[in-house]
Amino acid sequence: MIRTSEAIYKYLRPDKKYPHVWCPGCGIGIVTGALVRAIERTGLTKDEIALVSGIGCSGRISTYLDFNTLHTTHGRALAFATGLKLAKPSLTVIVVMGDGDATAIGGNHLIHSCRRNINITSLIINNNIYGMTGGQYSPTTPMNHIASTAQYGSIEKTFDICKIVEACGASFVARGTAYHAKMLDALIERAINKKGFSVVEALSQCPTQYGRRNKLGGPVEMLQWYKDNAIPYPAFKKLSPDEIGEKFPIGVMTDLDEPDYLERYNRIIKEAGSEGQ
Amino acid sequence: MRKHNQILLQGNEASAMGAMAAGMRFFAGYPITPSTEIAEYLSIHLPQVCGTFIQMEDEISSMAAIIGASLGGVKSMTATSGPGFSLMQENLGFASMAEIPCVIVNVMRGGPSTGMPTRPGQGDVMQSRWGTHGDHPIIVLCPNSVLECYTLTIDAFNLSEKYRSPVIVLMDGIIGHMWENIVVPENIEIIERLEPEVPPEWYRPYEALPCGDIVRLAPFGEGYRFHVTGMVHDKSGFPTLIHEEIEQCLNKLISKIKNNLHDIIRIDEYRLDDADICIVAYGSVARSAKEAVDIAREEGFKAGMLRPITIWPFPRFHLEDIARKVKMIIVPEMNYGQIYGEILKSCPGKTLRITRVDGELITPDQIMEKIEEAVL
Ligand SMILES: Cc1ncc(C[n+]2csc(CCOP(=O)(O)OP(=O)(O)O)c2C)c(N)n1
Ligand code: SF4
Ligand SMILES: [Mg+2]
Repeated sequence: MIRTSEAIYKYLRPDKKYPHVWCPGCGIGIVTGALVRAIERTGLTKDEIALVSGIGCSGRISTYLDFNTLHTTHGRALAFATGLKLAKPSLTVIVVMGDGDATAIGGNHLIHSCRRNINITSLIINNNIYGMTGGQYSPTTPMNHIASTAQYGSIEKTFDICKIVEACGASFVARGTAYHAKMLDALIERAINKKGFSVVEALSQCPTQYGRRNKLGGPVEMLQWYKDNAIPYPAFKKLSPDEIGEKFPIGVMTDLDEPDYLERYNRIIKEAGSEGQ
Repeated sequence: MRKHNQILLQGNEASAMGAMAAGMRFFAGYPITPSTEIAEYLSIHLPQVCGTFIQMEDEISSMAAIIGASLGGVKSMTATSGPGFSLMQENLGFASMAEIPCVIVNVMRGGPSTGMPTRPGQGDVMQSRWGTHGDHPIIVLCPNSVLECYTLTIDAFNLSEKYRSPVIVLMDGIIGHMWENIVVPENIEIIERLEPEVPPEWYRPYEALPCGDIVRLAPFGEGYRFHVTGMVHDKSGFPTLIHEEIEQCLNKLISKIKNNLHDIIRIDEYRLDDADICIVAYGSVARSAKEAVDIAREEGFKAGMLRPITIWPFPRFHLEDIARKVKMIIVPEMNYGQIYGEILKSCPGKTLRITRVDGELITPDQIMEKIEEAVL
């Protein structure tokens, strides 16, 4: 594994004015580390990677990493990335989004990216809250939990991101957490190497806006909660409904080999009788 | 009579052909009347030249995708009408702010909201200028014939590359759906995207160069790793909150258009030399206006026409020149007077408007009536 100091000098931008925007104890830094280590493991060069992000605390990742980076509009990262990937297929396109970014305002683009099976890797950093705007409830805020716009507890059901993207046709679906950082490295690496649309949902603690309001403790307690409740997917499937409780599966949940969008598009080009320009 | 090299084309089709002639190789769009023929045409012809056509899930993503494609180094465009144009506004502002070349064709229908999908209008003139939030530059071209649908779409790509700005081709439903015999012009100059002049270590994509030159946009993946954001940024592209850098970023954005009006503004003048009545008209209405000028001349009125082809930035200096010479300005529009209001800023007191918003075109007779009224 690449040494941390090595990774920092290799992948972080030297010319950006630090400090970064993230709070002490935030999980996004851990996820960023996993992303960088995963990229290192793929052997891809920095020039070959385009990192596209949405708007939110998670979306700020693109500012700090030394790739071709595109910090888009809230919810639309996948749509920008679709244009970029189709225009320049040689790029490895990785998209980082928050839970609100990917599943509320950008939900439509998420499901259609899955359906197209476009060869893009998405990393959805799920902190169960709108972090950047001050802790409003998101589609993944658990029912009855408190948010700045759900002062009496949220009354909305939550999305299971992995189930949604699986149902919509993603080729690779996995979940990890900021606690299981090494596993996250491996999941992201596999997602990048996967042809087709891949999704890694990374659960990540937001002590500032989510943990504090819901009395979940500090970052350590929140990470501990991931440790205690995450169950590897094969074992999770064997749990009875009673045993499940707050537990949730981690690991790879879907891994399919299907033609991706560009492969299908090449058929159109052939059929159209391309003049090869 | 039809000349041998003429072809019968629809405005929308001509625009799509112009785009391909300009080197556009990426189209993303969502179907909407009266613009759909552009997407349909390109869905056939782009794959024939290994270009990309994609029907996105909405107009928000269409606009986003063409920005992404442009960053991949490919000339890109989308086409839409009112409701879709509204959905594009946020990302249109992104293209403006991040200085990403791309072309948006908006074929205007009548009325606000769903309005009149199959009837023409010119109600998006102000939206094309100010539809997205914040002060931002924009270039808007307005064709009045099938031939211009072709040539101005090429022009739009050229301006967009030259000024690293989104450019809007604003047609009305009549122009988009009109059929005319045209001779497709050859040898129109095409401005290509050039590689940066400096090596990656020296590359500052948002630097203000001396003499107002604009930094060439490097495509992603060619060794120029840089950051693109819709946030106010420094010359390297990174978000900034330093006062001087904020001012530099926003001033540069506005001045790259403002300092090049002579190059960006296109107008057409008709029988204005000795005119004392000037009709200002654009798009399909300019066709009626031209006819009205001829009728008026036959009846002894000294009428002429100014047709802004570039409607944003507005050709204010041309207008003011003419306004000094004429007694009366008449502005017929298929809206309640959006350009009329713009003209009032320069020439209050002698400007009259003709408005028509019932989904029908403005006729030469209607303009004649106003001319007679003005002279009385
Ligand atoms: C169109 C639009 N609507 C709203 C916002 C305000 N906004 C910025 S970030 C954000 C939510 C961020 O939440 P999430 O996507 O979960 O990311 P996080 O900050 O939690 O990482 C919102 C609502 C915006 N920037 N753009
Ligand atoms: S608000 Fe939450 S998600 Fe955002 S930086 Fe702070 S801890 Fe992290
Ligand atoms: Mg969030």
